[in-house]
Amino acid sequence: MDFKDYYTVMDVERDASQDEIKRAYRKLARKYHPDVSKESDAEARFKDLGEAYVVLKDPEKRAAYDQLGADLKAGQDFQPPPDWNAGFEFSGSDASAHSEFFESLFGRDFGSAQDDRRQAGFRARGEDHHAKVLIDLEDAYLGANRSISLRTPEFDSSGHVITKQRTLSVKIPKGVKQGQRIRLSGQGSPGLGEGHAGDLYLEIEFNPHSLFKVEGRNVYLDLPVAPWEAALGATIKAPTPDGLVDLKIPAGTTGGRKLRLQKRGIPGEPPGDLYVVPTITLPPADNDAARQLYRKMQQDLAYNPRSELGV
Amino acid sequence: MIQKTFTGVLLDERAELSLVELSRACSNSTEWVIELVDQGVLEPVGPEQARWRFSGTSLLRARAAMRLQHDLDINLAGVALALDLIDEIETLRERLGRIETTANR
Repeated sequence: MDFKDYYTVMDVERDASQDEIKRAYRKLARKYHPDVSKESDAEARFKDLGEAYVVLKDPEKRAAYDQLGADLKAGQDFQPPPDWNAGFEFSGSDASAHSEFFESLFGRDFGSAQDDRRQAGFRARGEDHHAKVLIDLEDAYLGANRSISLRTPEFDSSGHVITKQRTLSVKIPKGVKQGQRIRLSGQGSPGLGEGHAGDLYLEIEFNPHSLFKVEGRNVYLDLPVAPWEAALGATIKAPTPDGLVDLKIPAGTTGGRKLRLQKRGIPGEPPGDLYVVPTITLPPADNDAARQLYRKMQQDLAYNPRSELGV
Repeated sequence: MIQKTFTGVLLDERAELSLVELSRACSNSTEWVIELVDQGVLEPVGPEQARWRFSGTSLLRARAAMRLQHDLDINLAGVALALDLIDEIETLRERLGRIETTANR
C-alpha cells in the first residue's frame, strides 16, 4: 500500500493552521470538482482532496496522521504500525469509499452501516452507480445491445461486505449522442431495510472512428477527391456509417468546402447531418506520362494559385 | 442462463419525469426540487406542480446541482450561477473545438 501525503494533496505546509487547511480545501474543491473541471483526472484528484480534508480538518485524526512520521514520502510503501492510533479516538464517518490507505488507518464506513442495519426500522436508499459504456458510431445509427460488467458491494448473510460481479445486458437505443446518459432505475446498490435500490447511470461514449468525426448528432467525413473530380464535377462513392452512398460533387468544388447530406447524421429528433469535406489529393508525378500531363497543364492553363497574394 | 436485456431511459429532452420521480432520483425532497425551479435551474413543463414534467436533462442538471451544493457547500443561488457558467464554458469549448478543427484542415 502506498503512503499518501495529505499535505501535498492539499498544497499546504505541515504546520498549516486549521483555517488555512479549510481555505485550501475550498479553493481546490472548486478547482477540481468533477462538474466544474474538464481535466481527465479531476475526479481522482477531487476524491484524494476530500480524503485529505477529512483527515486534516479533524484535529484528532490530523494528530494521529502526523505521528506516522514526516519522513514518509507519497507513494512510499506503507504499513501502519500496530496500535498506531492508540490514545486517539475517532468518531463518526463523513465520507464514503476512501482509499485503501485511508481505510487501513481510520477504518471502513461500511462498519457503521452494518451496525445501523441491525437497528429495527432503519432504511436507506441504495447508492447510485455510474459506468461508461463504449459503443461504435454505427451502434448509434442502428441501436445495439451491450453487456456491462459491474462490481457492486453487497452484504453477505453474516453482515460482511463482499464485492459481487454482475453482468447486465443493456439496450442502447438508436440515436444516442456522445455523453448522453441512460438511467436504469433500481439497478444500483440495493437499499437497506425498506429503502429503495439506487439507480444505475450509463454514460455513452463513442469509440474513436477511423473515418468519421462526431459533433453532437452531426458526423464529419474527410473525403479524398481527384483534381478532375473537383474541377469537372463527378458522382463518387462515399462511405457513411449507414453504408455506401453515391455523392454528387459539383463542378468547381474547392478543398475544405463542406457538402451537407441532410439527415444522414445520427438519427433522432431532429436527425443530424453528415458533412463531407472534400480533400483534393494530387496524383503523383512518378512517371513520364504523368509528368507530361502536369507540364501540359502548366503551359496551357496559365494558372497562378498565388494571384491574390500579389506575387 | 437466459440473460434479461434491460432497457433504460435515455435522459434526453424527450424523457419525462414528475416532481416526485425527479426528487426520488436525486434522493432529495420535493421542496428541494421546487427551490431549484424557483432559482431557474430547472424549467419544468406544465401548469401546476402536480402536473410538472421534467426532461431527462433536468435530472442530470439537478444531480449536478446536488453535488455542487453538497461538495462545495454553496447555496442554491450560487449553484444556479455555477451551472449557468459551466454551460456557457461548455458552449464556448464546443465552438473553439469547431474553429480549431476547421483551422487544421
